[in-house]
Amino acid sequence: MNAPHPTETAGSPVARRRILEARDVSKRFVKRLDLAGKIARRLGSSIREETVHAVDGVSLSVGEGEVLGLVGESGCGKSTFGRMVAGILPPSEGTLSFDGKPIWNGGRVTARETALAVQMIFQDPFASLDPRMRVQDIVGEAPVVHGMVPRKEIGDYVAEVMLRVGLDPDFRRRYPHQFSGGQRQRIGIARALAVKPRFLVCDEAIAALDVSIQAQVINLFMDLRADLDLTYLFISHDLSVVEHIADRVVIMYLGRVVEIATTEDIFDDPNHPYTQALLSEVPRIELRRRDYQPVKGEIPSPLDPPSGCHFHPRCPHATERCRAERPALREIAPGRLSACHLND
Amino acid sequence: MSAPTPEAPTLEVRDLKTHFFTREGVIKAVDGVSFQVAPGEVLGLVGESGSGKSITGFSILGLVDAPGRIAGGQILFQGRDLVPLPESERRKLRGSKIAMIFQDPMMTLNPVLRIDTQMTEAVLAHRDVSKARALEICREALVKVGIASPDERLASYPHQFSGGMRQRVAIATAFLNEPELIIADEPTTALDVTIQGQILHEAQALCRETGTAMIWITHDLAVVAGLADHICVMYAGRMVEQGPIDAVLDRPAHPYTVGLIGSVPSRNRRGGRLFQIPGMTPSLLNLPEGCAFRSRCPRADIACLEEPPVHTATEGRQVRCVHPHDEPLEEMLS
Repeated sequence: MNAPHPTETAGSPVARRRILEARDVSKRFVKRLDLAGKIARRLGSSIREETVHAVDGVSLSVGEGEVLGLVGESGCGKSTFGRMVAGILPPSEGTLSFDGKPIWNGGRVTARETALAVQMIFQDPFASLDPRMRVQDIVGEAPVVHGMVPRKEIGDYVAEVMLRVGLDPDFRRRYPHQFSGGQRQRIGIARALAVKPRFLVCDEAIAALDVSIQAQVINLFMDLRADLDLTYLFISHDLSVVEHIADRVVIMYLGRVVEIATTEDIFDDPNHPYTQALLSEVPRIELRRRDYQPVKGEIPSPLDPPSGCHFHPRCPHATERCRAERPALREIAPGRLSACHLND
Repeated sequence: MSAPTPEAPTLEVRDLKTHFFTREGVIKAVDGVSFQVAPGEVLGLVGESGSGKSITGFSILGLVDAPGRIAGGQILFQGRDLVPLPESERRKLRGSKIAMIFQDPMMTLNPVLRIDTQMTEAVLAHRDVSKARALEICREALVKVGIASPDERLASYPHQFSGGMRQRVAIATAFLNEPELIIADEPTTALDVTIQGQILHEAQALCRETGTAMIWITHDLAVVAGLADHICVMYAGRMVEQGPIDAVLDRPAHPYTVGLIGSVPSRNRRGGRLFQIPGMTPSLLNLPEGCAFRSRCPRADIACLEEPPVHTATEGRQVRCVHPHDEPLEEMLS
């Protein structure tokens, strides 16, 4: 076996079987030089290929039946990570395995069962459905193609899936534009459920919905979890939603994991200064006419991230060491990981 | 609670009706909305998409385009009705006495002009000052919203800024001519949490400092809770409930407000089911007779088939409902 890895025990309240495992997963996007750039470089210009470390050495695991919340601000790599898990984007480095089998082999998804078992639900219900397909075909196409349901029985099967997500099966011959935003998101969920997945990656799946519709979809996710034994990677920037739905939370900042802990620990006693800052900014309905004490500074560009700890330019406790040395993600208490020099 | 302000309100909207006359029929986007804002006060105008909250803001500024027009009501700004004013008079008010901050700062900023060109233009349009003085005013405004190295920033183009910075520039521009009233339409919705915190902080500080009245339009009750003094909840073009923030959020009377507060995750037990409002927002083209919320309301009965009247209670609380709640929130949600 491999050397013991800190994520193996990370914050599982019950010893769950690990269903998804990520080890040192990185994703780099390189902007190649065009012809003019290459010529300029030949002539001695300092133009270089630009590399974005969208995800930079992320290790984590998700237990079977667990809801793992993945939180961070724009550019932290949370969506890129979700796409690698869902088999959409190949990682540049590291391994991702589902149920003990690797998801990726080189640039290709290894097995069809794995690809089908992990499904993704997207943020924008207006952009993620083909406007020229009827609901019946959107939901029914994949199970027929993969031979899970005979073509003759697809009508009944689609009706059953639609009922499960709270859509009226009578609407299955309609087109996406005939539905409201909340209903479209349900179609997206039905499409994912149609191939009988075990793991759902929800990428900001409720961010585009109205408040009252958000509550309906959150409740639907929780019902589905109970009925179908689903495991979720729930990616969101909205901490109050994650606090509600997740068992454990991973906080990311500029491509790196800064803290992993159970939801109780993160929200009651955040360890990393970034987590603390993030939590103090969350608007809460109980807090009236509060004085906002904002964190200083902007989110740095991932093209040129700060040295050492990425958060040091905005951190109130930053020292010389934070500027120079990247803090490792270490276990600070049973089941809690944090990447901060202050814990030493 | 604080006593009613002795000062005259900066803005008083009375029974505002903004309708859109389309080929499919009349869309009553705003249908009988009344509220007021006092100097230095923040009013949270809350509603979901299609509730008419943004159109209310546009109506105050006179930015409603055909086929829409203000079909009734009054908009009293410092006692003067804006509805019958000719466009030339309204132009003088916009950007000087009344300013707006949009959700997308690129709606305020012109992508092909430098920041200094755009900002000084806003000053010179309304004030008789030299160009050098105008530039000085812009510089001070940028410093106030927390922009480092303002001189460098004034010489930049909008695309060189991050989203949060652009929104700061938009806010600085709105405050340039020391307006009496600012209408902010979801200005932090597109921003990250830490940047949202900074923007809320700056908007709040500026209002307190300058005594500017502000209308903060949003769908996010949690943001309003932290910022506003009063709250006005809209549904399908109508005001359903308004009053002081604590009163409305702690003891909501309208079933829609109760549902909205109930569906905020942080109010609920972790992992428990969220309170949910069934159904969806009705189309404004064919609203049901009577109360627009009745098809989604657990309390609806035959009395709701008639248009519910507005009840006014103490502390300026108003509710448009035949069956308002009067028990504590916890009981309603259980």
